[in-house]
Amino acid sequence: MNPTVAAFEERLANLEGGVGAVAFASGLAAQAGLFFALLDPGDRIAVAKALYGGSTAQLNHLARKLQITLDWVEMDDPDGWRRAVTAETKALFAETIANPGGNVLDIELAAAVAHEVGAPLVVDNTFATPYLCRPLEWGADLIVHSATKFLVGNGTTIAGAVVDSGTFDWSNGRFPSIAEPSTAYHGLKFHETFGVYGLLMKLRSETLRDFGAVLAPFNAFLLLLGMESLAVRMERHVSNALAVAEWLRGRPGVAAVRHPALPDSPYRPLVERYLPAGAGSVFSFDLESGREGGRRFIEALSLWSHLANVGDTKSLVIHPASTTHRQLSDEELVASGVAPGTVRLSVGLEDVDDLVWDLERGLQAARGSAVTA
Amino acid sequence: MKEFQDPGTIQKIVLNARNVAIVGLSASELRASNFVGYYLQRHGYRVIPVNPNEEHVLGEPVYPSLRDVPERIDVVDVFRDPAAVPDIARESVEVGAGALWLQFGVISPEGAQIARDGGLAVVMDRCLKVEHARLLGRMHWMGFDTGVIAGSRQPS
Repeated sequence: MNPTVAAFEERLANLEGGVGAVAFASGLAAQAGLFFALLDPGDRIAVAKALYGGSTAQLNHLARKLQITLDWVEMDDPDGWRRAVTAETKALFAETIANPGGNVLDIELAAAVAHEVGAPLVVDNTFATPYLCRPLEWGADLIVHSATKFLVGNGTTIAGAVVDSGTFDWSNGRFPSIAEPSTAYHGLKFHETFGVYGLLMKLRSETLRDFGAVLAPFNAFLLLLGMESLAVRMERHVSNALAVAEWLRGRPGVAAVRHPALPDSPYRPLVERYLPAGAGSVFSFDLESGREGGRRFIEALSLWSHLANVGDTKSLVIHPASTTHRQLSDEELVASGVAPGTVRLSVGLEDVDDLVWDLERGLQAARGSAVTA
Repeated sequence: MKEFQDPGTIQKIVLNARNVAIVGLSASELRASNFVGYYLQRHGYRVIPVNPNEEHVLGEPVYPSLRDVPERIDVVDVFRDPAAVPDIARESVEVGAGALWLQFGVISPEGAQIARDGGLAVVMDRCLKVEHARLLGRMHWMGFDTGVIAGSRQPS
């Protein structure tokens, strides 16, 4: 335990409305640690299909290594969660705002299904941050964060955390790894001994010990600096992002804009409910000019940084079909939820006129490529 | 439940109590009751073990029941099956204890009501050690939300 790391944990827990938090060296480490602590071989978890690609890959590996089963859920389908859960389901997992679809989770609905089967709802709140949404207040039980994004704010640090609401009953007979004597910690019963802090104590004294993925104190210091300005940064992030989305809509060469707060978005009612202060600053749009147009669009930009990260003060852009997903055919791309012309933006804090000026140049280049192709 | 987890009540008990009778105090160092008792002794409380199955725990003589304790009891701290709580609450009222404290998972609305009706302060599903640490500023070290927000480091 380090006092700087503990200060980060306490502040994040306070912002989310949890009883405490455990920091990890990355968001993926936090997620792996949580599921490692919760699950036993033979268990199942219900997972939203619209998920960060790194999470999908990690869960697939965990499923093989830990002999657990993943039940994938269409999170937009009101009956999706209920159809996916079984008597063996030990957790439901989804993101507050997913990308590239901009899907918004109906938190109360997912929490209700989770609690019907005696399982916790785990929400990845990276894209919303507790400034825009506090899922624990809507019935979620656990939060995971990649603090690498908006929490630190400027891409200087890799970090993650688990936040616990303290309200889930780990002694409901379904979580022997938390309620029963732990063979990995001289027979301690974590829930009986530490009550609302039981899972967090297990994560800290057992899981973090076993994984070794601790957060470095200097990184915690950078996070504390970043979080001091979270509120003002998020206000600017969401207003810039919405302005860029509105500007892109109907622009020549733009086939679709998927920002959940746009009036015609199917997620608009969920945004009004769960994200009244804004629906984040990461969204995607489709170019009519396909894979080659996307490449030309990116190459023509000079202000936007061509990066796979999100949640930076600087505006970031990536074209999956020519970078992260370039090995896939057009058909495979569409099957993975990405069109050949899909571009993802993470809108930063710059002057919105400058951002739009740069995008205009990109769109001109993209249209040119379509004409000559 | 929240009515039995009032921060003001918790603070008064933790700061004013001296004599803590621990019902169900175990001699095993692996049990929560033992290290809570050890911690309370280290922080200046007088721990009075109550357990019909032990003779000496943490260097103190053990009494079979609350009625056998020959001293004033400020807090009755319970580490027992919830089903045992109503009787413990009645005994607590009878011996004139100041507060009934039910540890994590020792949840008994009936017992809590008996003690409250008898004039005792009541806390339920909370740990006396954790709450002491929270008020001392030590919870800051564990990444828990202490609810204590200050612009300067609190003395600990």
